[in-house]
Amino acid sequence: MKFALKVVAVTAAALCVSAAFAQKGEVVKIVRIDPLTGLLGPVGVSQLKGYQFFAEKYSGLPVPGNPGQPGNPAGVKFEITGIDNKLSPTESLNALKAAIDQGVRYVIQGNGSSVALALVDAVNKHNERNPGKEVIYLNDSAVDPDLTNSKCSFWHFRFDADTSMKMEAMGGFMADQKDIKKVYILGQNYSHGVQVAKYIKEVLARKRPDIQIVGEDLHPLAQVRDFAPYIAKIKATGADTVVSGNWGSDLSLLVKAANENGYTGKFFTYYTGVTGTPTALGTNGAGRVYQIAYSHYNMGGQMDKWMAEFKTKYNDDFYTGSTIRIYEMLGAGIAKAKSTDPVKVAAAMEGLKVTTFNGEVEMRKADHQLQQPLYMAVWQKADKKYPYSPENTGMTLAPVKEYPNYVSSTPTSCQMKRP
Amino acid sequence: MSTVYQFKPLNVGRWLIWGLFALLLALVPMLVSSSLAITILSQMGIAIIACLSYNMLLGQGGMLSFGHAVYTGLGSFMAIHALNSITDGSLPLPVSALPLVGGIAGMGFAALLGYVTTRKAGTTFAMITMGMGELVYAMSNMIPEFFGGEGGISGNRVAGKAFLGITYGPPIQVYYLIALYTFVAVAAMFAFTRTPLGRMLNAVRDNPERVEFVGYNTQRVRYTAFIIAGFFAGISGGLGALNFEIVTAEVVGAGRSGAYLLFTFLGGATFFFGPIIGAVLMVLAFVLLSEFTKAWLLYLGLIFLFMVMYAPGGIASLLMMNLRIAAFGKLRQLWVSYLALAVTALLALIGAAGMVEMVYHLQMAGADGNTVRFMGVVLDSTGLNSWFGCAYVILTGAGLFELCRRQFSKEWGTIQEEIEKEIKRRAEL
Amino acid sequence: MEFFIISMLNGLSYGLLLFMLSSGLTLIFSMMGVLNFAHASFYMVGAYVGYTVSGVVGFWPALILAPLIVGALGALFERFFLRKVHKFGHVPELLITFGLSYVIFELVQLIWGRIALNFRPPDLLQGPAFTLINHSVHGLRLLWGAAPAELCSAAEAGVRLVCSPFPATRGFMMLVALVMLGSVWLLLTRTRVGLVIQAALTHPETVESLGHNVPLVFMMVFGAGAALAGLAGVIGGSTFLTEPSMAATVGSVIFVVVVVGGMGSLSGAFLASVLIGVIQTFAVAFDYSLGTLAGQLGLQLGTYALGNSLIKLTLSQVAPILPYLFLVLILIFRPKGLLGTRED
Repeated sequence: MKFALKVVAVTAAALCVSAAFAQKGEVVKIVRIDPLTGLLGPVGVSQLKGYQFFAEKYSGLPVPGNPGQPGNPAGVKFEITGIDNKLSPTESLNALKAAIDQGVRYVIQGNGSSVALALVDAVNKHNERNPGKEVIYLNDSAVDPDLTNSKCSFWHFRFDADTSMKMEAMGGFMADQKDIKKVYILGQNYSHGVQVAKYIKEVLARKRPDIQIVGEDLHPLAQVRDFAPYIAKIKATGADTVVSGNWGSDLSLLVKAANENGYTGKFFTYYTGVTGTPTALGTNGAGRVYQIAYSHYNMGGQMDKWMAEFKTKYNDDFYTGSTIRIYEMLGAGIAKAKSTDPVKVAAAMEGLKVTTFNGEVEMRKADHQLQQPLYMAVWQKADKKYPYSPENTGMTLAPVKEYPNYVSSTPTSCQMKRP
Repeated sequence: MSTVYQFKPLNVGRWLIWGLFALLLALVPMLVSSSLAITILSQMGIAIIACLSYNMLLGQGGMLSFGHAVYTGLGSFMAIHALNSITDGSLPLPVSALPLVGGIAGMGFAALLGYVTTRKAGTTFAMITMGMGELVYAMSNMIPEFFGGEGGISGNRVAGKAFLGITYGPPIQVYYLIALYTFVAVAAMFAFTRTPLGRMLNAVRDNPERVEFVGYNTQRVRYTAFIIAGFFAGISGGLGALNFEIVTAEVVGAGRSGAYLLFTFLGGATFFFGPIIGAVLMVLAFVLLSEFTKAWLLYLGLIFLFMVMYAPGGIASLLMMNLRIAAFGKLRQLWVSYLALAVTALLALIGAAGMVEMVYHLQMAGADGNTVRFMGVVLDSTGLNSWFGCAYVILTGAGLFELCRRQFSKEWGTIQEEIEKEIKRRAEL
Repeated sequence: MEFFIISMLNGLSYGLLLFMLSSGLTLIFSMMGVLNFAHASFYMVGAYVGYTVSGVVGFWPALILAPLIVGALGALFERFFLRKVHKFGHVPELLITFGLSYVIFELVQLIWGRIALNFRPPDLLQGPAFTLINHSVHGLRLLWGAAPAELCSAAEAGVRLVCSPFPATRGFMMLVALVMLGSVWLLLTRTRVGLVIQAALTHPETVESLGHNVPLVFMMVFGAGAALAGLAGVIGGSTFLTEPSMAATVGSVIFVVVVVGGMGSLSGAFLASVLIGVIQTFAVAFDYSLGTLAGQLGLQLGTYALGNSLIKLTLSQVAPILPYLFLVLILIFRPKGLLGTRED
């Protein structure tokens, strides 16, 4: 009798173990829908390389004793390909259909909140009209707060910190700087620029009501070549700080014009580290250009090793930390759900906590916004303490302040409908 | 534009062609299964209407417009706003009638902006349409209530009461709606070319001064044609809004206007069915070609360049010239030459494409090593072998092509002479 | 005060850059009736070629060599491509240059990549040409070169001290544009070649029957127009940013300049480009909208009107589309352009 019990117990245990490893070796296909040509092409290509690089590292079971090959608890294999959407929402919908036709259930996107909003809508509609063929949308960089507020969706998960979180941290940093008295807001005239302006004003009014917002300007996206008139205007107001969500040429030309026209104030930005901007910035703005982000170039530990390996292999810089968190979260979610079915995995990922390169992060259940620490970094010459230099410029982004999860967290108004 | 070819069908022929067209539209989705293919077919239908409406201006009216996307785009925006009104019940309109809303909007905007646009033809017209296009596109970010800012406006086409069980949820239902509209619109635009207004429009294109002498006001003719073209453009936009359920500012952008121009011209602006070919190519190029090769825009630009130089009538004119030869029973003599030309040209092009692919690969600093899979062969972008190989292929192909071309022009010339003689002979009978 | 002076100079320099570009376009249009859609692409090629050449022999030789290379490319294009479509009329000519712009865009990205290039101006041009120091007590002062840091920070409280440097690159841009304008005018009116060109403008057949090689003249003119665009490219690329989208951003504005100034009129192009440059620069400075205007006039607006984005639109937000607005208005009210002589 006792023997029979033992046999049953062992069999049961073996079954459990095999069930846990049922996903072992299973292939999870992911498609990244992002621009691979055009204005943001270099960014998209660079980020796709990052995804392919880390797909290898996070596939399969963890290799004990080798932190460079972390694998995932379910032992699945990640396969990722990219489809070019040319930064167009319409193309992205075509790409989504192509991906679904290939049997892909996980879709990643990041560059462009316009595309993100279109994708969320399309994914919602598809999942509603095609039960059994659901798709999950993992957002790695689109920061429009609406995606986790008014337009929140059960099928959408955001891994970047949204504008409200970044502004909370940035505002907190600015509040501590006593020499900041007059702030000028300069942005690109679309949802992102508008949201940045809205949130920084709200945060500063709360934390430092004595700071004056002396001006606010929204210029057309990627059209202005000559920022000298804007710099002249900023100088005329006597602003000592400029807050800007600008990216790409809009940011590099802004700082260039500031330098040429003798504006010596500080710049608080989002996207100093994105492909192309370090080269255009060069030594301009050393010590004056700040960036708020969830990672920087000198995180230390395993991250540094990976960045060096990436640089050697591709001669390119890795800065999209969300990539790592997507793999970690997906792997943990699949293991918890014991299945790769998106409906179960989505339910499993809600509220999930994983430990990653900058501590513990949590996928908040209420709105699917990843709660994570943020860093304020400053553009300066690379030295021994912070040696990593993007695009061989000799400069780097050095961290000056860290904002843990509970500080950078912001409330949400999401009323999520769950299936 | 030089001589305009006239295809004189018999009445039976006309019924046959339109019947085949309708049959094709109805049956082609059964040949394909994936949802991507269905959406490509839907987009082709939309593009056909847009390009035909553009050709109303370019081919029939001689008005080169750089801002046609304004009218398709604004039609899209009005349609999506109407769709949202239908969804929340304030507009009691069936979803099938939505493209008509787009059409009326396109017509309205064309009437509004067209009066000053059509005052002059030629270069001035081109410039003012370009200016309008840039203006509307730039304003799209300034009026977020109408244009929805960067995220655009989205809607849900499953709205209102289902009609005979048709909800427009599944893409195939949308395809059949688009096919219906396409057929009707194409027939309507063809009928337009047969009306007196359509004929006067051609006259305005060819000799505006004489038209004035005959007693017509050229500006009024152009303006009316502009409004009608705007109507069909708006229908195309409305169908687009229904198909994608989202409209963003790029639908009024210069890129789209440029694409209409490029592909309508490529298809053939001098024939009625030319833009249909152009529209099909446009959708295929944008959706599929960009997946095959990164250099697709380069290839497109080069094809366009050579088309303008050697075949300004577009693909349609090439087809028609050969059809004329076939009508005289002489095509058989040419097919060997055509084959030779095609093979040698393909050879040269493959070599060139191989080189272009390798350069692109080097540019992108290939993460997958230095090799590129090209047509089943592995090319090494850093290996001298591959470069020499490609250069050799190009030179051989080009050399042989030149030889074949000379032979071909001789044969072509002879055949054209024979045809002229035959025509004279028939005229004397 | 210094804000006004600096803004005026900024506007003038931008306008003169536009003029350098549109002068080539006007020349080509006057001579050949071809509206060259690829003109902005030649500007881009000039910047990229200038970058490469200056990397090899330095900036100053590149300033001469790059425009020559671009001019040669333009002449070759005219000889082998454009000439073939002359017989089809003006529309195919326009279309072929349109196709060329796509091809150049892709080729440039193929050869030089898709990221912005770091095209730095030479050391002589880095830093300010002069600095205006506005002291609230002592008034305005001009200092050649850069002002040292002590002079820019106010020592006493209650004194506002603003240093406004004017970049040397901008000053150089203005200088080159003016020199270029002068030499082109001299060439056209005082030399034999210029007289032939002027004659070929209105009576090409007569000129040909007089024995001048008109196709050669056309090729030279197209090449010269492209070379001017290339020169503008070297200067623009080093002052602003050298990237693949630089043709698209400046392309539409030069057409506006040519049309507003009057097709075929060089002085019209000059006037229009300076006007557009100055107005666009100054418009950025003003935050007035229709709403504020109504407020100043004492009109009471309801909450809907106050929230309406059209009414809230400020002049500074509208600044980048002002050129297109001008274009449309000019074509409505005065299609000949400001100083144009020919109607099309």
